Amino acid sequence: MSTTLALPLPRAPRPVALLPLAVGLLGAAMLAGLLLGPARVGPDGLLAVLAHLFGAPLPAEYARDAAVLGVIRAPRVLLAALVGAGLGAAGAAMQGLFRNPLADPALIGVSSGAALAAVAAIVLGGTVFGAAAGLLGLWLLPLAAFLGGLGATLLMARLGSIGGVASVATLLLAGVAVNALAGALTGLLIFMADDRQVRDITFWTLGSLAGARWQHLPVILLLVGLPSLVLCALARPLNALLLGEAEAYHLGVPVESLKRLAIILAAIAVAAGVAFTGLIGFVGLVVPHLVRLAFGSDHRIVLPGAALLGAALLVLADLAARSLAAPAELPVGVVTALIGAPFFLWLLRRSHGGFGR
Amino acid sequence: MIAAQAITFRAGGRALLRDVSLELAPGQVTAVVGPNGAGKSTLLRVLSGELRPDQGVVSLDRRPIGAFHPRDLARRRAVVSQAVALAFPMTAREVVGLGRLPWHATPGAARDDAAIAAALDAVDAAGLAQQRYATLSGGERQRIQIARALAQIDGAPRPAALLLDEPTASLDVRHVGTVLRLLKRLAADGVAVMVVLHDLNEAAFVADQVAVVAGGWRNALGPAAAILRPPLLEAVYGVPFAGGEGALRPDFSNPASYRVPTA
Repeated sequence: MSTTLALPLPRAPRPVALLPLAVGLLGAAMLAGLLLGPARVGPDGLLAVLAHLFGAPLPAEYARDAAVLGVIRAPRVLLAALVGAGLGAAGAAMQGLFRNPLADPALIGVSSGAALAAVAAIVLGGTVFGAAAGLLGLWLLPLAAFLGGLGATLLMARLGSIGGVASVATLLLAGVAVNALAGALTGLLIFMADDRQVRDITFWTLGSLAGARWQHLPVILLLVGLPSLVLCALARPLNALLLGEAEAYHLGVPVESLKRLAIILAAIAVAAGVAFTGLIGFVGLVVPHLVRLAFGSDHRIVLPGAALLGAALLVLADLAARSLAAPAELPVGVVTALIGAPFFLWLLRRSHGGFGR
Repeated sequence: MIAAQAITFRAGGRALLRDVSLELAPGQVTAVVGPNGAGKSTLLRVLSGELRPDQGVVSLDRRPIGAFHPRDLARRRAVVSQAVALAFPMTAREVVGLGRLPWHATPGAARDDAAIAAALDAVDAAGLAQQRYATLSGGERQRIQIARALAQIDGAPRPAALLLDEPTASLDVRHVGTVLRLLKRLAADGVAVMVVLHDLNEAAFVADQVAVVAGGWRNALGPAAAILRPPLLEAVYGVPFAGGEGALRPDFSNPASYRVPTA
């Protein structure tokens, strides 16, 4: 994993304001996410419901729109945007930190750790964790997944540093080992599961935004939104790291603490998102590359750009997931991988004929 | 300004530096020469604060270099390493701009654009600014990395230090001259310059003091005219030298017949 792929270069540095563009795209995606779907809501319905929020009386013909928007779509669109932003920002930060275009949040063990804990909650929730399940109710699964994801990353970071120095190669290999171990334990639990649980597990690992609830959103705002913002603030030191760790140190970057901070922030943002949605692949891997292709490698643009674009993409992927097979829902992870995998292959093929080998 | 006292550095059970002392003084160019694997780059990395020695002390203005925050260190000294590769594509100007990182959110940031332009100019690379770093030749990349280090110490409080590891290795003769004259100008401006070189005539041209490193030992230290003489060089490199005033020529046709002395 230490080789650097020769990626295609942006055609020309375009210092156009990416951020207004990405904000506009996200706004359009969220609007589409609110209005479109099996039950159509017209713009007039949206306006009436918004006006009702500010105290205007709600005309009777918009009561259905209010229910669709307020109970189902709004929390779902907001959840998709926050989780997508966290995946995009975390992916961009991990690619910069590991200096590797193939890096994504799964590399630091967060996904496999969350999956292991989620599967444990599903399989053992009624028995071993019976007391906890009674106490936590619907919060058991997200809490377990969050702690599992964070725990796996901390384990990887601890095993990957020797004498206080976390070399990128050692971290990557520790991540591979932690992923393998978590995968094996997950397999063991699946072996013990009954048919209904196996079905629950399968759908959890494919991701879904159908579980969106208003009461989850403050937690997600804090645990996904805040770490993503702090990651964006690490843009300058991550830029220095593009030259290599020794050069970043010579430029005044405390490299070891930067690595620890970025890994922990990425793990919190991804684990908290995954806890409520299940695993969602490819957003963290592909979205940062899209931003780099269009706007260059400066992390001051790549990090916020990947967050905004990740948010927009997940909102649109969720719209596709609940529209394409309506009234059934496709797992959103299937949609992101269906879009992401061909794009990623195209990127790989293109980079081989590219510059700077 | 930067001083190493009795440095020993080990890696993988092997001593790469043994009891080495060296002082870089403001206004002076110190050239470090010696065979491959002698410990020159290791010495540079220890003096930069990047590597911590197993024994001995490295100090900047008499304060242990380990006591500095990396950012404060970066405002006093810049380093040009051998062959730097980028993780993701950037333009040459963006690479040089990274040199301004230590001055972010300080009054010095007002000089960013001027410092970047001046640094590109100083290495004769103004025309490369908008080129992608990955498409540059080895020598062009080297000049861009030198420009990055120049931008870093632009406006730094004096004395500042500049450490360069084989900065002329891929340069054509014209740009060797550009860079060596630049180092002399920086020294005259109060910078302490350390440069690892292989070409002894370049060292003779640029250096106020020359340190000869071989087998991890600092074998000799003194003014260029006293150090860069055939008997000493033959003993260090194990090849005969023909030489006189102003030109040292190793005799490539003659097989090695001398042995590196071990102390």
